[in-house]
Amino acid sequence: MIEINNLSKNFARLKVLNNVSLSCNQGECIALIGPNGCGKTTLIKSILGMVIPTEGTIKFKDTFITNNFEYRNHIGYMPQIGRYPDNMSIGQILDMIKELRKSDIPIDEDLFHQFKLKDILNKKMRTLSGGTTQKVSATLAFLFNPDVLILDEPTAGLDPLASEILKEKIIAEKKKGKLILITSHLLSELDDLVTQIIFMQDGNVQFHKTVDELKSSTGEEKISKAIAHILKNNTHE
Amino acid sequence: MKVKFLTFFFLILSQFAHSKVLEVGQNKSFKKIKDALAQAINGDTILIHQGIYKEGNIIVDKEVTLIGKNWPILDGQKKYEILSIKSNNTVITGFRVENSGYATLDDPGAIKVYEANHVTVCDNILDDNFFGIYLQYCKNTVVKNNRIKAYGVEEQQIGNGIHCWKSDSLQIIGNRISGHRDGIYFEFVTNSVIWRNISTKNIRYGLHFMFSNNDAYITNVFKNNGAGVAVMFTKNVTMINNTFEENWGDASYGLFLKEISDSYIFGNTFIRNTSGIHMEGTSRIKVEKNVFESNGWGMKIQASCMENEVVTNNFIANTFDISTNGSLVLNTFNGNYWDKYDGYDLDRNHIGDVPYHPLSLFSVIVENNPPAMLLFRSFMVTLLDKSEKMIPSLTPDNFIDNTPLMHSVDL
Amino acid sequence: MNRIGKFIVLDILKNKIVLVYTLILAILSWSVFSLEDNSTKGLLTLLNVILLTVPLVSVIFSTIYIYNSSEFIELLLSQPIRRSKIWFSLFFGLSISLLLAFFIGAGIPILFYAPSDVGIMMLLVGIFITVVFVAIAFLSSIATRDKAKGIGIAILLWMFFALLFDGVVLFLIFQFADYPIEKIMVGITALNPIDLARILILLHLDVSAMMGYTGAIFKNFFGNQVGIIAAFTILLLWVAVPFLISLRKFRKKDL
Repeated sequence: MIEINNLSKNFARLKVLNNVSLSCNQGECIALIGPNGCGKTTLIKSILGMVIPTEGTIKFKDTFITNNFEYRNHIGYMPQIGRYPDNMSIGQILDMIKELRKSDIPIDEDLFHQFKLKDILNKKMRTLSGGTTQKVSATLAFLFNPDVLILDEPTAGLDPLASEILKEKIIAEKKKGKLILITSHLLSELDDLVTQIIFMQDGNVQFHKTVDELKSSTGEEKISKAIAHILKNNTHE
Repeated sequence: MKVKFLTFFFLILSQFAHSKVLEVGQNKSFKKIKDALAQAINGDTILIHQGIYKEGNIIVDKEVTLIGKNWPILDGQKKYEILSIKSNNTVITGFRVENSGYATLDDPGAIKVYEANHVTVCDNILDDNFFGIYLQYCKNTVVKNNRIKAYGVEEQQIGNGIHCWKSDSLQIIGNRISGHRDGIYFEFVTNSVIWRNISTKNIRYGLHFMFSNNDAYITNVFKNNGAGVAVMFTKNVTMINNTFEENWGDASYGLFLKEISDSYIFGNTFIRNTSGIHMEGTSRIKVEKNVFESNGWGMKIQASCMENEVVTNNFIANTFDISTNGSLVLNTFNGNYWDKYDGYDLDRNHIGDVPYHPLSLFSVIVENNPPAMLLFRSFMVTLLDKSEKMIPSLTPDNFIDNTPLMHSVDL
Repeated sequence: MNRIGKFIVLDILKNKIVLVYTLILAILSWSVFSLEDNSTKGLLTLLNVILLTVPLVSVIFSTIYIYNSSEFIELLLSQPIRRSKIWFSLFFGLSISLLLAFFIGAGIPILFYAPSDVGIMMLLVGIFITVVFVAIAFLSSIATRDKAKGIGIAILLWMFFALLFDGVVLFLIFQFADYPIEKIMVGITALNPIDLARILILLHLDVSAMMGYTGAIFKNFFGNQVGIIAAFTILLLWVAVPFLISLRKFRKKDL
């Protein structure tokens, strides 16, 4: 579904992505992990067209995304820190996005109801806590039933209850056969979610493996442990 | 109506004088004006009926009254001077005089008066002539209620509307002149009056006035002429109640005064001229109770002027009220109304308590450096002007009206 | 107007700064017109407002607004919306809101007290100056990611056009006083939208003086129909060029 070929991105002299090639397919739930500054967010933003790659190509459903915007109809994106116009209320944001999209697809308001956003519909965005903002972001990401979900640190800032609701939602969507890309630092959270792991470091993809492969190769039961195992081995080498 | 009345009047008059009336026209005893003139004696009246008369140059050398009835046309065919008057006590009235000849050497006119006194030229229509009415060495001559029109394009290609040279005691009254070089031209003319004329759209000046002392011009309108009105090398001129309007252009003025003295400018209106009055080398002129409105420059007073008084005038909505090219101030300003004055009147005597400096710094800059006009009303220039107002350093500080009025003068 | 533009306009109109701007313009305009007995003096005061305040507010407010919209832009970019559409919408939204503020604050009093050709010209010029400085704000805010720097650039550009440029021109005029520089000066003025606007108004306000020696050259250039069309075309270029440059940059910008 998403084909990334030899993608490189430089910010001035800094090389953030170095010849990254990846392929993600329907039904997969991929965790994109790596230390801070490894290029995760840049990779995601490249896929979304927010960052223009220096070199390489990205294909979405077999079409190049350069100078194309329609493919974003099929992507739901939840940013790491959702920032919204201060003066608008939650209701206005939701209405605006709905009006902008004007899609025929039935709207998925599960999260809207579960997060009880209805009660705070008239609150201005600037008055919201980080967690509530994330709830809005999550709701927006799932709103149009997209084929692909890109979630950048989805649970950071959410309270455990909300975090659980979101996880449930992700699992439900996964079951519908959607492609889900998650970045997270909290590896423990990913256990029951992901089927594949992409590990990045210094702009390179270190490995792209299924969870099963990973577990069997390291002999660990938990993803976090498995990753830790690999990292340890790497530093020993 | 007027013509009919005059005709009647002169007819009666001629009867009383025991003189005869000679009629010229298609079915009359004379077919040609020249024939009638040949038969006439002093005191006769020649009545010319409707028709087109192409008789070349008609010389009037007898004391006769020429009356046109129903506007007979005297056509000069662009070749001849049409009427040459060489006798005293002649009257020319009721004609349509057209197409005089064109020559730069002997200045042919539609009606030219040569060394004659007590001549009256009134109620004629002059159209497309080189010179309109030309007076030389005349005395006690009246030019009244004529309509003089030409279609000049270039200064050299056209003569003046009413041209007066070396004459005395003339009355130029109620004429309308347009399209000539100068509307009215006075050179070496004394003791004369110019009254109620309207001079518009002439190529050079509405009124051109040189070496002509002791004259007055009153209640005339000078509008839209190439360079306005020029009064030069003269003394004792009275200018009252005239309107100088829309004389626009480079080196164009409402009134241009050069080397004149002991004159009085009273109650005139200067409106929408590039410069209202431009003074050069003038002295002892009193400028009183005039209105200067919406001019580029209200008055330009060059440094060569002295002992002029500018009193009780209204300066309203001019771009610059006053400008000068030097730092020497030998003229006085008193009791004028300046709409740019922003002083106060605590004692309520309608006179501002702080003096007014009518000369802005920028007007001095522009005077010395015309392209600076480009920056007029820019923030920087406004700043310059304001600071100069507070601490005058470059403009002469005796350029001042000590008794500026709080309200405009009712005129 | 497209939907994004509508959201932006509604958002800006709720902004207190725009309300205050409208109010200040309105108080100023109504008071200068009602205090002075002839409208020319009121127009003169408004001229300074149009040449200084309007560009300043337009450029700084727009710059700040664009920086503050970075979240909004990000949000929209994750949606299926063309980049250029976002930038255009932002531009139209800002222009329309500021024009509305200018029109309500200054335009209505001008039309009420001075519906002459000077008044109309002032209104037109004010409209153009507003949009030109919105466009310049787009240029300065795309030039750097740093908001403080961006605002600094905006203020510098305003200072240059509103104040410094005239100083340079005055200097040139004095330096080359002995040469026939009028025509060149006309060309140089076209490089500054504020000067161009000022001269357009001057030609109506000080028409008598403009018929004089140097004025005649400007009058000949800007006074006839061709000149006015040329002047407004140049103003239009002052809108289009900075904005299109910013658009080009925005399309390649990483967010």
